[in-house]
Amino acid sequence: MESIGVLMACPMNSYLEQQLEKRFKLYRFWTVPDKSSFLASHKDSIQAVVGNAGAGADAELIEALPKLEIVASFSVGLDKIDLAKCKEKGIRVTNTPDVLTEDVADLAIGLMLAVLRKLCESDRYVRSGKWKRGDYVLTTKFTGKKVGIIGLGRIGMAIAKRAEAFSCPISYYSRTEKPEIKYKYYPSVVELAAHCDILVVACPLTKETHHIINREVIDAMGPKGVLINIGRGPHVDEPELVSALVERRLGGAGLDVFENEPYVPEELFGLDNVVLLPHVGSGTVETRQAMADLVIGNLEAHFQKKPLLTPVV
Amino acid sequence: MDSQPFLAKTFPPLLVLRSPSVPPFFFFKSQLQAHFHLLDPLDSSEPTHSFLSRHAPSVLALLCVGATPISSETLSLLPSLKLVVASSAGFDHIDLQECRRRGITVTTAGQAFSEDVADFAVGLLIDVLRRMSAGDRYVRSGSWVTKGEYPLGAKLSGKRIGIVGLGRIGSEVAKRLVAFGCSIAYCSRKEKPLVPYAYHSTVDELAKKSDALILCSSLTKETHHMIDHGVMEALGKEGVIVNVGRGGLVDEKELVKFLVQGQIGGAGLDVYEDEPLVPQELFAMENVVLAPHASVYTPESSTALQELVIGNLKAFFSNEPLLSAAQLE
Repeated sequence: MESIGVLMACPMNSYLEQQLEKRFKLYRFWTVPDKSSFLASHKDSIQAVVGNAGAGADAELIEALPKLEIVASFSVGLDKIDLAKCKEKGIRVTNTPDVLTEDVADLAIGLMLAVLRKLCESDRYVRSGKWKRGDYVLTTKFTGKKVGIIGLGRIGMAIAKRAEAFSCPISYYSRTEKPEIKYKYYPSVVELAAHCDILVVACPLTKETHHIINREVIDAMGPKGVLINIGRGPHVDEPELVSALVERRLGGAGLDVFENEPYVPEELFGLDNVVLLPHVGSGTVETRQAMADLVIGNLEAHFQKKPLLTPVV
Repeated sequence: MDSQPFLAKTFPPLLVLRSPSVPPFFFFKSQLQAHFHLLDPLDSSEPTHSFLSRHAPSVLALLCVGATPISSETLSLLPSLKLVVASSAGFDHIDLQECRRRGITVTTAGQAFSEDVADFAVGLLIDVLRRMSAGDRYVRSGSWVTKGEYPLGAKLSGKRIGIVGLGRIGSEVAKRLVAFGCSIAYCSRKEKPLVPYAYHSTVDELAKKSDALILCSSLTKETHHMIDHGVMEALGKEGVIVNVGRGGLVDEKELVKFLVQGQIGGAGLDVYEDEPLVPQELFAMENVVLAPHASVYTPESSTALQELVIGNLKAFFSNEPLLSAAQLE
């Protein structure tokens, strides 16, 4: 398979790069000085694209690669891939579901605890050397808080299961109600927001869910509401969120994703009621390895004409 | 209900002992004044020793505010004392042996703090493994832009958790981590029969079989420095220690050495041997999360504590069963 050309969209994992290099002819898109001339000269050699949450295969790239057979994403999210175009051209698409579910759910709960109990703020305080005997700051109890989940898929369910162990009542919004689920369903995000203390975004990013957290939802959450985003930056109208936090119309936020990564609105840097993470939802050694193995496994399966491990298209 | 001086004299007298540095969280003066006539040496210009001696005959109950030490010397000035009401999660600052000898009942903070401390412990564990505080610093310093992707953390779900001290707090921690797919084992003075977790009779044994140790036990002569060189070695290079108990449970100098030398995976600490002093070597570490003994500070814990303290005192003065009497062995 060493002659099969695989285009890696951006740096994502050195183990994955090594493994791809061993098995295929690997092209690192980010090292190419002129992308369009590279595509023009290599269009007949590239049969696979490996993307991730940051870069995938849009219509333009797909059109530029007539021999493209498969797009394997090093992520579970597919928002950077033009799925309709892939379907149209018979291009297979795979992602990395399940292996990262637990890490993302763990981090969602971690963010809730960090925001409510001001963990990062406390750590900053101790490291500043300012801690004196008798100092204390009241923070917000987490146990028993109402958690509202947008999107009750694998990750949403894993978050619910963990939050339940903290006696948190769970409610959710989803495209359709799930009758077999015992959690309370709300038919709109605004209603969900109005009836929970902590709102978590755990749905895929699509045209419909773009800016699903908007001014109206933020208003419904209120000055004690806390937003947790472990989905995608564009789920949230970021400028609206920033002004709500700065003006204290919203109680707090735990954010792992942003509209224009790695750029994070600097107005947030001075706030003590937000926790800002550099998109680390699946960022553990164990999980990234498992994700890389899935990408390799899917590519090998495809080129050996075996069934794909985790096909989406 | 304002207590007027006239009525106050008919309330039962309550001796209040508090160090000036104890956070006001533990001393809810107006709520107490609604039910009791407070005798507080800090409100008097008289030296404490003579204040205590003068009031001693009428003092049946004493409120120990926060971690104010109650020594056998203090107790010896109070021959009529029958009850010590503790208002913090731990009571290693109270001479329990002397209380037992004198037949003085001690009441604890019961369940008032358990959930908040357990939440905090889980938060610290996730923070250390997933580098939340370090990641937040990374973003705020602009490093995500200039340096790129943040280094990978370690997975929590499915890890083996060793709980040191399966009391009220330890049990709440266990219950939470089970939902993360973690396996729970514990060590305790005695094995607990109805508990679904694996028991180890020593901390060393527990450490050998754990990826992380969560310290939830009280500080006694026996548990002092129980997390020592041997335990840290047994826990191993990837091991994590979370301490929401007392600083004295850990040989702090040894822990710092292990961390500096990379012989242990990380630590989440809410308590230290000599608060508020924190070993400076820890400030530069990405695998350490530091909190200022803050695990109980929520409005709910404050309310629960007040209700419990006042409830115990009212029960005592009405000759009714106490709400949270400690079993003094």
